Amino acid sequence: MSEFFTASVLVATIASAIRLATPYLFAALGEAIGQRSGVLNLGVDGVMLLSAFGSYYTVLKTDNLWFGVAVGMGIGVVMGVIYAVVTVSFHAQQGISGIGIFLFGLGFSDLLFQEQVGTPKPISKLPKIEIPLLSDIPHIGEMLFRHTLMTYIAFLLVPVVTYMLMRTTFGLNIRAVGENPEAADSLGVSVARTRYATIIIGNLFAGIAGTSLVLGLGIFQNNLTNGQGFIAVALVYFGAWRPVGIMGGALLYGLVSATVLQWKVLDIIPTSASDLAAMAPALLTIIVLVVVANRVHAPAALTRDFDR
Amino acid sequence: MLAAIVAFACGAIMLVAVGASPIDGFRELVSGAFGGGDQLAQTANRATPLLLVGAGIAVAFRASVVNIGGEGQIIAGALLAAATAQAVPDLPSILLIPVVLVAGIVGGGIWGAIPGALKAYASVNEILSTIMMNLVAIQVMNYLLRGPMIDPFEVENGTRIPQTERLSENAHLPILVDGTRLHLGVLIAVIAAIAAYVILWRTPLGFRLRAVGHSPEAARAAGIPVKRSVVSALAISGALAGLAGAILVFGSEAHRMGTDGSSAGFTGSAGFNGIVAALFGALHPLWTIPSSFLFGGLLTGATQLQRALQVPSALAIALNGIVVVFVVSSERVRDRINSVMNARREFDETPSATPDSAHPADDTDGAAPLEAGGASP
Amino acid sequence: MTATSRSDNFEAEALEEGNTQMRINKRWLRLTAVLFAFGLVAAACGDSDDAAPAETTAAPAESTEAPAAAPLKVAIVAPSASDDLAFTQSMVDAVNALNRDVEVAITDGTFIVEEAAVAIRGYAEDGYDIVIAHGTQYGGSLQEIAPDFPEVTFVWGTSADTFGLPNVFAYAPAADEGGYVLGTVAAQMTESGVIGVVGPIEAGDAVAYINGFKAGAEATGDVEVNITYTGSFGDVALAAEAAEAHVSNDADVMTGSAQMVVGAVGVASDNGVFWFGTQANQTSLDDDLVVASQVYHWEVVLELMLEQIDAGVLGGTAYEINLANGGLVLEFNDAVELPAGVADSIDATVQGIIDGTINTGA
Repeated sequence: MSEFFTASVLVATIASAIRLATPYLFAALGEAIGQRSGVLNLGVDGVMLLSAFGSYYTVLKTDNLWFGVAVGMGIGVVMGVIYAVVTVSFHAQQGISGIGIFLFGLGFSDLLFQEQVGTPKPISKLPKIEIPLLSDIPHIGEMLFRHTLMTYIAFLLVPVVTYMLMRTTFGLNIRAVGENPEAADSLGVSVARTRYATIIIGNLFAGIAGTSLVLGLGIFQNNLTNGQGFIAVALVYFGAWRPVGIMGGALLYGLVSATVLQWKVLDIIPTSASDLAAMAPALLTIIVLVVVANRVHAPAALTRDFDR
Repeated sequence: MLAAIVAFACGAIMLVAVGASPIDGFRELVSGAFGGGDQLAQTANRATPLLLVGAGIAVAFRASVVNIGGEGQIIAGALLAAATAQAVPDLPSILLIPVVLVAGIVGGGIWGAIPGALKAYASVNEILSTIMMNLVAIQVMNYLLRGPMIDPFEVENGTRIPQTERLSENAHLPILVDGTRLHLGVLIAVIAAIAAYVILWRTPLGFRLRAVGHSPEAARAAGIPVKRSVVSALAISGALAGLAGAILVFGSEAHRMGTDGSSAGFTGSAGFNGIVAALFGALHPLWTIPSSFLFGGLLTGATQLQRALQVPSALAIALNGIVVVFVVSSERVRDRINSVMNARREFDETPSATPDSAHPADDTDGAAPLEAGGASP
Repeated sequence: MTATSRSDNFEAEALEEGNTQMRINKRWLRLTAVLFAFGLVAAACGDSDDAAPAETTAAPAESTEAPAAAPLKVAIVAPSASDDLAFTQSMVDAVNALNRDVEVAITDGTFIVEEAAVAIRGYAEDGYDIVIAHGTQYGGSLQEIAPDFPEVTFVWGTSADTFGLPNVFAYAPAADEGGYVLGTVAAQMTESGVIGVVGPIEAGDAVAYINGFKAGAEATGDVEVNITYTGSFGDVALAAEAAEAHVSNDADVMTGSAQMVVGAVGVASDNGVFWFGTQANQTSLDDDLVVASQVYHWEVVLELMLEQIDAGVLGGTAYEINLANGGLVLEFNDAVELPAGVADSIDATVQGIIDGTINTGA
């Protein structure tokens, strides 16, 4: 155990945790914005996969990471529009339509991959950007300030989204629509427009999450996300719909995963216990929530359809 | 109708893009689902776990609890059932079959009761805890099936495939119709769905669950134990899923339980597709019967489409997704579902409902009526 | 709220639900009836179980004794995608490499045993000569299906069990053998003395490969072999971070098994770490750093099976691909220069394993 508590190992673990947390953070923040306005989106994983493939294919063909990111974002927006139309304009059941989008994303991304690429081919990855001065701080620098641009953006989004939700009119409208759409409507807030906006933003974030995942790994594969989208949805509840809480959840999940991996390398966890150890992130998420015991309430109109 | 046409159009485009004929495609889809005795039997078998999970989700929903833990509960039930068969393989069928099914119920019930208790006594949101419990279940399955429960042949041979041996013949579910693969599990599932309906609307327990679902404060004021009811709701929901798990093990041709490291490899995403089936059945156990049958047909037909047209299975999955999205968008379906939902919600808005009870936020964490779902595949 | 008014409300609500249910009832019945009718009509108009599209079911079932007359109809049913650069792909490549005319049909992505069973049965009914059930989880289903189709050869892997049935062949890789050899090379190429292994779950051919690898490495030099089983076959991000953890512990040579290793290879690329692959040739993942791969050439045993089939024996043997019969081939990447003497030691090791003088510790 003492080998774990050396500076280099701890630094590596925390850096790893931050990398793992990044896609969860993007996706969960987006989902939270949508949920705050009363919309549940279970298709996050599907959107992540579609954007991931789109970004991957773009970079594979053009070797231009910026294009890749743009395509990923674009796909997120397109899926957002689709989901918004289905949910807000067609008033479809959110749970089902979300799962439908997930299935579509899972199948279509793999179909395109099989038809257009065939076998996993590596692409350029997002470069690590070292923040001048800060990244030279011993240990802390390596832990926190040598990450990709997407990671920095993900964490910067936390205060941005918080500000947006709590201090702007738009944010107020979102929350109003999420708590009581009838009242908001009677006060002149367009529920439909607000939800369209939050859904598109939410799916945009999901798209970015997929892009950050695939460009961080440098490769695509069938079902690359492996269920991360759903974990991101769970983290929204962990974080009590607050960006800071969500960040905490993503970091907790990432940190436990990274620590388990390190302990496996160091043989602190023997291979015979590898499955039990793999449960740790899930178990700890629950345990922490029990301990913290926050009484929160969901946006009251979550999943309730609004039809004027 | 517009939605259906668009769905067909999207599917047709995809089929053409991979070089297959859309006409053939849709014909294979439908005939694969309903086009003969074998196909119907397969559809029914495929629908069975969907029905059980869906009925369970409907039960939980009536108590305002959302259960996304179907995958994990199926696995837990299956593991306990398989372990039971390994422990007492020589019991005669007439005893062993009920015993393993009960084991499935117990396994799933426990796996559901845990998030139930977490919600009731620790205010942990059940969407989070059930999703997490799914992940835990996968690892428990991996551990048990490559360890204590592994087929001794695998160990001797060094192939170490994580699966049990062929489980006791006495526990195999009998075939109902000779010449097909239709097994007893289908009948059990239908009976269970009916039982769920009866419990909910004809027993005091069901009354308590529904009361808690409508308004925990009012229920508590009436002396109904709210926390215990929440636990019961998730336990029952899990128990039904666990039963599905036992049926998956003992109704399948393989008659053994194995893992490929994921939950969907064993469950076929039933914990997850069951949510779709439940929602299409407007979260009512009886209407989940036809909806799971139809959805099971969609899944079975897609397999035949894949095989007959040699298109990648990924296309079939995407097609399923498109169909689901468009069916749920279609007016008829939407109206039907919403009418049942709103019948429930109007109750919330009656004069006795204060602003606070719009989101019962006392010791539940304000899960507003949620008909959501989705577990890690 | 008094007790009576509460129960009244419930009653009212129940009544309303009842009415709604009746409306729903009729709609559902109509919908189901329409679909069912459509299905019956479709089934009636189309062909029976033998599906219409010409590409899969043209000629009637052929006699298995006719030597090289019409193309052999082979079906593969596999759990993961055909493009996974690992398990499934190796079988697809193998069938395509067979020395005779084959007509191949593939059902992939059937990780659900029931679906696979339907597919296997379906191909058998459609008159395929050989149905390859390329997934260990399919065994139980095969046990039920094979007796129903005595004219069809069923091939099952990875496994060593033919259930004593006359029309079932089995195949398994002796993954530990190649693992051992690669381990010896790895030990000679590491400068830091630390080797990292990223595995999925401690089961199947993954554990055989990894145990062999570790044995080979430790027998060759004073090296530390750290093994991480991530707990998943598909979590690429986790595999990548597992590799990062190895790198942070000074590993400069790595290996791994299962489709998620593509993530680990990416990390190896970033850090100039050598990589050894298994199941399929992974050189395409990094031309400069992938040293060698243990490639499964199933066609070696498939040919043996075909010989038996030609002679009228449709099953009954469990085959192994190993170094001796050429089913396991260690494919080296020419772009990576091996240190002096390593090439010879490889030959010696391979020979030792074939002779049986070296114990791979499987």
